[in-house]
Amino acid sequence: MTDTVLVPPEHTVPTAFTRAQLDWLPWLEPLAVDAMTQRHLASLVDAARVKSPYFRLLARDPDALEARTRTDKDIFYNPDAGLPRAERELAAATTSRFNGCLYCASVHARHAATYSKREADVQRLLDAGVTADLGERWNAIVEASVALTATPSAFGPEHVDRLRRSGLDDLAIADVIHAAAFFNWANRLMLSLGEPAATAGP
Amino acid sequence: MSGTDADVIDALVGIRPGSPLDAIRARRPEARAHAQATYRALFAPEAPGNVTAQERFAVGGFVAGLHGATAIAASYAARLAESGASAALKEAVDAVSKEAKTHGPYGSYPAGPLSREDTAGLSYRVGAATRRTLGPRLAAAFEHVHMLVFHPRDAAPAALQALLDAGWSTTDIVTLSQIVAFLSFQIRVVTGLRILAGRP
Repeated sequence: MTDTVLVPPEHTVPTAFTRAQLDWLPWLEPLAVDAMTQRHLASLVDAARVKSPYFRLLARDPDALEARTRTDKDIFYNPDAGLPRAERELAAATTSRFNGCLYCASVHARHAATYSKREADVQRLLDAGVTADLGERWNAIVEASVALTATPSAFGPEHVDRLRRSGLDDLAIADVIHAAAFFNWANRLMLSLGEPAATAGP
Repeated sequence: MSGTDADVIDALVGIRPGSPLDAIRARRPEARAHAQATYRALFAPEAPGNVTAQERFAVGGFVAGLHGATAIAASYAARLAESGASAALKEAVDAVSKEAKTHGPYGSYPAGPLSREDTAGLSYRVGAATRRTLGPRLAAAFEHVHMLVFHPRDAAPAALQALLDAGWSTTDIVTLSQIVAFLSFQIRVVTGLRILAGRP
């Protein structure tokens, strides 16, 4: 079998950050569902992800995918104290906005808006970018996420201090660090293995 | 970082058992265990496929070097040496890490309202002498790695075609992409936690 780059079907390329649902079209061939072994299927962790071309592409390295997914879930879903879910999603959306991943930003801006009920602030982050004024606590989280996302890192003690002044304890600060760091992982996969497409309809 | 059992992030941050950061990491036990499991999957895989240990550690050293993460780069360089890499290959990884270093993220958006945020930057190409040392497969990988590290929004199908042309299969590219993406996470967790630990 000769591997090739896929040409996505005709689609509308999104040209602005949005909270709308987007599709993701792969540039490399995902595994065919009927060619997946038990190991491939188990690496999806959630069986429903077999519908996703993104996860079926990553399932080509199942051990890396499964470990990635379990890391992701604990960073964002672990309910034991630390940073509220809304603000973990804010760090994810910020990182995606700064790196330029429209797909990741759409998903996590939706989550941030849902959990915080601050749709206007989340939309301002998408529209104006990471320098938007979102109030001191969110500004501190955005600034820390951006500093950690820069290469080389610009994250320093002043970011820890500002987060503490905003009421974050060290577990919450560690959650900011992990959420922003994780999206430096996710953005690079999403951006480089395929592209976003606007969905039909509203 | 010579074995694969000791937690790599703990080792790189310098987290001692019973320390405040040890307690914080213990509150996210699955993230801690599976960051380590990802490290194992990518750097000590049970089924390595076509991506050699030397390729994995050379890429690891390059990614860490591009981040200016000196201690982390040194740990991957040590593993590269253990994998039997030539002195010339180790020197080439060090040299390109210095020569290709810049500041990210930059890159372009699809034409439209975001074009005003387009930021120009280096599109790194491996020089002829280094290309001879790295070989075509690793040279193509390093050019891709540089894009992923500094300007991932410039990704395009042509970049993947260049990897296929250099002998990377689709599955190899998934593994290569995971190595770069995972290290982009690992290096930031280490950087962030070190600063948190230094601010008691």
